[in-house]
Amino acid sequence: MAKATFRIWRGDANAAQFVDYETEVAEGMVVLDAIHRIQADQANDMAVRWNCKAGKCGSCSAEVNGNPKLMCMARLNDLPLDEPVTVEPMRAFPLIKDLVTDVSWNFKVKEKMKPFAPRPPDAEDGTWRMEQEDIDHIQEFRKCIECFLCQDVCHVLREHDLHEEFIGPRFFVYAASLEMHPIDTENRLEELKDSDGIGYCNITKCCTKVCPEHITITDNAIIPLKERVVDEFYDPIKKLFRVFS
Amino acid sequence: MASYETYDYDVLVIGAGGAGLRAAIEASVGNLSVGLICKSLLGKAHTVMAEGGVAAALANVDERDSWRVHFADTMRGGQYLSNARMAELHAKESPDRVRELEGWGALFDRTQEGSILQRNFGGHQYPRLAHVGDRTGLEMIRALQDHGIHQGIDVHMEHTVVSLLKTGDRVSGAFGYEREKGRFKIFSAKAIVLATGGVGKAYKVTSNSWEYTGDGHSLAYHAGAELIDMEFVQFHPTGMVWPSSVRGILVTEGVRGEGGILKNSEGKRFMFDDIPELYVNQTADNPEEGWRYTQGERDTRRPPELLTRDHVARCIVREVQEGRGSPHGGVFLDIAWIKEKIPNAPEHIRRKLPSMYHQFKELADIDITEEPMEVGPTTHYIMGGIRVDADSQMTAVPGLFAAGECAAGLHGANRLGGNSLSDLLVFGKRAGEYAAQFAMENETVPIEAAAIDAVAAQTLKPFENAQDGDNPYNIQAQLQEKMQKLVGIARSQESLTQALEEIQNLREKAANVHAIGNREYNAGWHTALDLDCLLTVSEAITLAALERRASIGAHSRDDYPEKEEPGAGKYNTIVQKAPDGTMALRRYPVPGLQADLQAIIDEIG
Ligand SMILES: Cc1cc2nc3c(=O)[nH]c(=O)nc-3n(C[C@H](O)[C@H](O)[C@H](O)COP(=O)(O)OP(=O)(O)OC[C@H]3O[C@@H](n4cnc5c(N)ncnc54)[C@H](O)[C@@H]3O)c2cc1C
Ligand code: SF4
Ligand code: SF4
Ligand code: FES
Repeated sequence: MAKATFRIWRGDANAAQFVDYETEVAEGMVVLDAIHRIQADQANDMAVRWNCKAGKCGSCSAEVNGNPKLMCMARLNDLPLDEPVTVEPMRAFPLIKDLVTDVSWNFKVKEKMKPFAPRPPDAEDGTWRMEQEDIDHIQEFRKCIECFLCQDVCHVLREHDLHEEFIGPRFFVYAASLEMHPIDTENRLEELKDSDGIGYCNITKCCTKVCPEHITITDNAIIPLKERVVDEFYDPIKKLFRVFS
Repeated sequence: MASYETYDYDVLVIGAGGAGLRAAIEASVGNLSVGLICKSLLGKAHTVMAEGGVAAALANVDERDSWRVHFADTMRGGQYLSNARMAELHAKESPDRVRELEGWGALFDRTQEGSILQRNFGGHQYPRLAHVGDRTGLEMIRALQDHGIHQGIDVHMEHTVVSLLKTGDRVSGAFGYEREKGRFKIFSAKAIVLATGGVGKAYKVTSNSWEYTGDGHSLAYHAGAELIDMEFVQFHPTGMVWPSSVRGILVTEGVRGEGGILKNSEGKRFMFDDIPELYVNQTADNPEEGWRYTQGERDTRRPPELLTRDHVARCIVREVQEGRGSPHGGVFLDIAWIKEKIPNAPEHIRRKLPSMYHQFKELADIDITEEPMEVGPTTHYIMGGIRVDADSQMTAVPGLFAAGECAAGLHGANRLGGNSLSDLLVFGKRAGEYAAQFAMENETVPIEAAAIDAVAAQTLKPFENAQDGDNPYNIQAQLQEKMQKLVGIARSQESLTQALEEIQNLREKAANVHAIGNREYNAGWHTALDLDCLLTVSEAITLAALERRASIGAHSRDDYPEKEEPGAGKYNTIVQKAPDGTMALRRYPVPGLQADLQAIIDEIG
């Protein structure tokens, strides 16, 4: 069996550094398999999040050779194994330990957003009628597994640290799934403009590139939301209408 | 007593999958304080992985469906060992539970008329599974989560409960640790709902994650509750077999529901070779009829690939054992063949089964629209679990409730696909409702300090054990190896007796495992603490499997191939902790059916 070296970020908020581990690798393995093997044999106390091992739960986000990825979907075949594979935690969030970061900010952001508010049911049994073609795009947004990789790469969070003023791509996707939902009655545009900081996004599309669910975050969620915000607040006729009403 | 951070709730829910979230939402409807604890982050519980769908007789696709047919299907699938009252409530209430999710933001796939679309699944007479492609669990957990976070529920993520606390007969609270710093926490509560899921990590090849160590089963057992039907572990027929690092990952039954067929190395559709008595009338006897069934054509019968999971798994094992398996020890599951039947097949497959397409493409370099998949059985689900009252979900311990996979009764000897997600909703709601009622009718009972100190000491023991104590991962791997080999799909007196010995040996080693490092987010320590739960459920499964000297549903004994032991009648097995601390087992006869339910079985079943 071949061997490969994994250069893994070890430590906590006080002190951390890369540590090299050599382990055996076999055909078909993913980065998470190697991490598990190292954890079981050489580093029992290593912290790592995972659940499904099939790209469905969004727990195992990390930066592999500098690229934000789900470790359970990162095939070793696709990596050069003649040099060490670096595995680091997501950098946009505070480190807890090793590969685990404090992502609690994301959960708080969501809690502050206006929840889904459906119109009264269409039918007596309490259900609604919706055409498949009217919900296809919402279903795209609802594929999100909350891995927060998009949050990790967005420069507004990662470099400018604007966590207080900007909710990040994940939550624009969430907002879009609610705003464009055919039976939702709430209006979230004012928050999007003000507290959610959609204006900070300058459409670099880095988020879309890393999304493991291939959600076209920028084109399908953020840009249409930006347009709605513009229509609502900067459209001259509407503005006039607001002044007089 | 040392001082620990303490929380006080009316209702405490342990587990935040579908069952736990639904219970917490229900319990918070009144003005009660509700706490919710989970080992992972919110939204990452097993429920998120469910693929195929949630079973509910909505009758949107076939108006002949009704709760009565769903009830009969569930009873038949469970080989008539299910709790009939639970099967009745489940069939009657699941449609409302599914519909209600759309009011909380869920969006199921639609029919032409714009209502919730339903698909075929094994053992269900009509298309019954509401679904969203093959990511139904994600839709469900997200809808519950996004609704739940606005109900004033206090969520403790990445916390693990290691013991329930009792005061007299009643449950009075729970003791746990938080992962981040390893600090201990005490949760006092008037009523507690266990919703901790399953036990798959007791086996080597499994579709289950690290969370599935049987915690709820074990917590309840130690608190004095009964575990029933533990011998019934579902081996899902189709898990991935290659590459070996992904062995066990689930391939949804939805593939077969959409027309996928099983073939052996000789290219033969072997499922036509052996069709069980109970299902002869409902099964197609030619490929064409089977195909038409999957396409929703009326008055056709299901292809044999959609027989119950226990049967399909055994047929696959037979093919492999008799030398007709695929290169990596499975058989072939082919959905690509449907291009002979429909135009744009690849696109159709990608739309109906997007995450399967993705999973095989990225993990195995296989394009399922072009080539067959290699699949084989994987440990998937446990039908057995905590015994509860059918209506209220309360266990034998006053104030302690259970719902979801950790509870038992609905599925009997074999669960039908899709009947778990509906189980979570129906009985999660009921558990929440009755726990709330219990909390309103009873006072808080004070927690006993001595009990806490004892648990705390036990929890820290892995750090204090000698440095040369075993590596916890090692013990876990050994247990998985033994359970897979000795208590798997084919069992015998000999294998099970040996398993009991092995479990005993491992228990001794587990008591001395050594955890390195400190208490902060220490996976090795956590693994060490999970061992007791894994060993407890392994022992319960093995004991119950020894007791059932027959082959029925998911339980197969090489030495007792008959469905019933002569003269024994129908019974459930019950495991309970004896006063001397040993595991005691007894049989409990399955009660006769109420006349109205019997009439349904006579008519449809
Ligand atoms: C890959 C896969 C696909 C499936 N597909 C389907 C399907 O299509 N249809 C269907 O009906 N069923 C399906 N199932 C089965 C179904 O998903 C599960 O049975 C169901 O989701 C279990 O839900 P639950 O709420 O009981 O537990 P879970 O969702 O597993 O939640 C358990 C919760 O308990 C917590 N917990 C456990 N122990 C502790 C502890 N000690 N302290 C604190 N918290 C704890 C966990 O952290 C978690 O939050 C599938 C299962 C798998 C694995
Ligand atoms: S497109 Fe916008 S949200 Fe996405 S990464 Fe760039 S700045 Fe951030
Ligand atoms: S939008 Fe994509 S990248 Fe962002 S959290 Fe969701 S799945 Fe992850
Ligand atoms: S472990 Fe679930 S996405 Fe990687």
